[in-house]
Amino acid sequence: MNRITKTFQRLAQQNRRALVGYITAGDPDFDTSLAILQQAVDAGIDVLELGVPFSDPTADGTVIQLAAARALRQGMTVPRVLELAHRIRAAHPETPIVLFSYYNPLLRYGLERLAKDATAAGVDGFLIVDLPPEEAGEMRPALSGYDLPLIRLIAPTTPAERMAAITRDAGGFLYLITRTGVTGVGTLDQDRIQQLAATLQQQSPLPVCLGFGISTAADVRQLAGLANGVVVGSALVKIVAEHGAQAAPLVAAKVRELRAALDPDIKGAAIIYPAAP
Amino acid sequence: MKIMNHYPDANGHFGAFGGRYVGETLMPALLELDAARQSAMADPAFLAEFRALLRDYVGRPTPVDFAARLTAHAGGARIYLKREDLTHTGAHKINNTIGQGLLARRMGKRRIIAETGAGQHGVATATVAARFGLECKVFMGVEDIRRQAPNVCRMKLLGAEVVPVAAGTGTLKDAMNEAMRYWVGAVEDTFYVIGTVAGPHPYPVLVRDFQRVIGDEARGQMVDSIGRLPDMLVACVGGGSNAMGLFYPFLDDPVEIVGVEAAGEGIATGHHAATLGEGSVGVLHGTKSYLLQDADGQVQEAHSISAGLDYPGVGPEHALLKELGRVRYVSVDDRTALQTFQLLARLEGIIPALESSHAVAAALREAATRKPEEAILVCLSGRGDKDLAHAVATIEKMGL
Ligand SMILES: Cc1ncc(COP(=O)(O)O)c(C=O)c1O
Repeated sequence: MNRITKTFQRLAQQNRRALVGYITAGDPDFDTSLAILQQAVDAGIDVLELGVPFSDPTADGTVIQLAAARALRQGMTVPRVLELAHRIRAAHPETPIVLFSYYNPLLRYGLERLAKDATAAGVDGFLIVDLPPEEAGEMRPALSGYDLPLIRLIAPTTPAERMAAITRDAGGFLYLITRTGVTGVGTLDQDRIQQLAATLQQQSPLPVCLGFGISTAADVRQLAGLANGVVVGSALVKIVAEHGAQAAPLVAAKVRELRAALDPDIKGAAIIYPAAP
Repeated sequence: MKIMNHYPDANGHFGAFGGRYVGETLMPALLELDAARQSAMADPAFLAEFRALLRDYVGRPTPVDFAARLTAHAGGARIYLKREDLTHTGAHKINNTIGQGLLARRMGKRRIIAETGAGQHGVATATVAARFGLECKVFMGVEDIRRQAPNVCRMKLLGAEVVPVAAGTGTLKDAMNEAMRYWVGAVEDTFYVIGTVAGPHPYPVLVRDFQRVIGDEARGQMVDSIGRLPDMLVACVGGGSNAMGLFYPFLDDPVEIVGVEAAGEGIATGHHAATLGEGSVGVLHGTKSYLLQDADGQVQEAHSISAGLDYPGVGPEHALLKELGRVRYVSVDDRTALQTFQLLARLEGIIPALESSHAVAAALREAATRKPEEAILVCLSGRGDKDLAHAVATIEKMGL
């Protein structure tokens, strides 16, 4: 069974939510990035979204744009991202790794080659921000025969009929964008999110995770009850931006804080994930 | 083989190119826009209003003008100029912004945004915003703000807000990135006026259909003037809108067609904007087309003296026309474009935009190899007022 599915099943049995963490691969450089990713997973990330840097990230706010630019300056490429995934996989056999990417670097790498190499590296799925179901016609056949679901995004602007069409070919989990806008900024409208999440859960049995604009323990507490998990990205990447080579333990501390906020009612959560120093 | 009316398909695919490669947040807006486009283009009242504005406000039809001294200079085929430089605001860009402005109003959107390179599309959008009473924001790279200063002044005077974009090289690609990011956050009440035949579906077909007035007029004008169609069409290609506008109505005719990209400092230097000539297939700004990119799929910076051609992507219909072999794409470098800029001024009393200077330069090259009874029609897409300071300074620096 796919590690994504397995992880959500385990969490559901424990009555816990998933902490999905986005981190740009190779930011600020390969070795530091590896340390950050390993420690973040150790600290309590349940599903890792490994960001493939792209020169023109039109869905991202400044924080992730700058992270991509740093990673590219250090020579990050798709093969190096796969190598990073492979190294994380070696240390964390069970943690799902989703490649979060824009379409062009993957297309350029070659979709069939990608499916094969990503599987070998221990990747569990793809989230391609600029590949709506309408354009997935060449990606789907490339993935057939591999256990690599395409994680689908649903936006606040998505009408209910379209939600149904999107969830039909979705796998892994559903990513519900919590507000219109790019990653990293903005305020959250709890009522609207609740309504969207409820509609989505009626339409699909897949777990639903909420993302975009979630950065603090308070945000996590506010939204945890509405879905099966939350995605935190810019808040982690910002720590990398500010602390560079020293970022790993600080990212881990932030992950522990978010993890604790996600499971406040689970006995022993504070022991599994000790509070940040 | 017939090409006209065959592309794009319902999902905006021009053969293997085009489409809608955008985040889910924008998909519903693009679907809504496509529905609005189809209803508007089938509505005689909408089309009548569009045509009336093109006539009374833009000043159409623009003339086709025989360039006698330029023809003598080339020493071959006769060169005719389609004078888009004579439109209100001074470039073909206004044809499209009138159309999209009407569409925004029809859809009940009170706020419009645009990206701009040369500033011509920004000015044309700001103009339409003023005319229709819409709020307008224009995203422009800081390098382009520097080299196209007069247009920044115009946009502000017209009441638009100019948002400087410092990312990347501060040129058109960066402005488009930022406009798309802004749109994702404002999509529920904001209409994005894209300035060329690129971007996600339906923009390539939408912009082409508003720009084809160039070619539709030119067909009749050439027949009136020489009793037949021209032997060759030439237009510059940035994103490709003036070129698609001229070419489209001729695609099924026995007319040779040449698109002219910017060779910048020279193809061999790697500093150019020859996307179709030197690029490879990829996805940028919501469409699949040719792209200047590296081996890892990272988009490379384009280089051109001309801000309007300084773009590493190109409209998907041009990618199709290249693949079909219907259009031949060539390139002209900065130096030749600047020489032609001066030449047209001195020989014909027309100061062309630097973008259009590329087309004229290629036409001169083509004309020299053809017989005097042949006719070449060039799209003079815009006038050069915006370029004066930057072009003159560069001409001096290069000793041209
Ligand atoms: C006068 C003029 N010509 C040509 C262009 C290039 O655009 P396109 O290729 O869409 O016609 C521009 C763009 O700014 C322009 O201002």
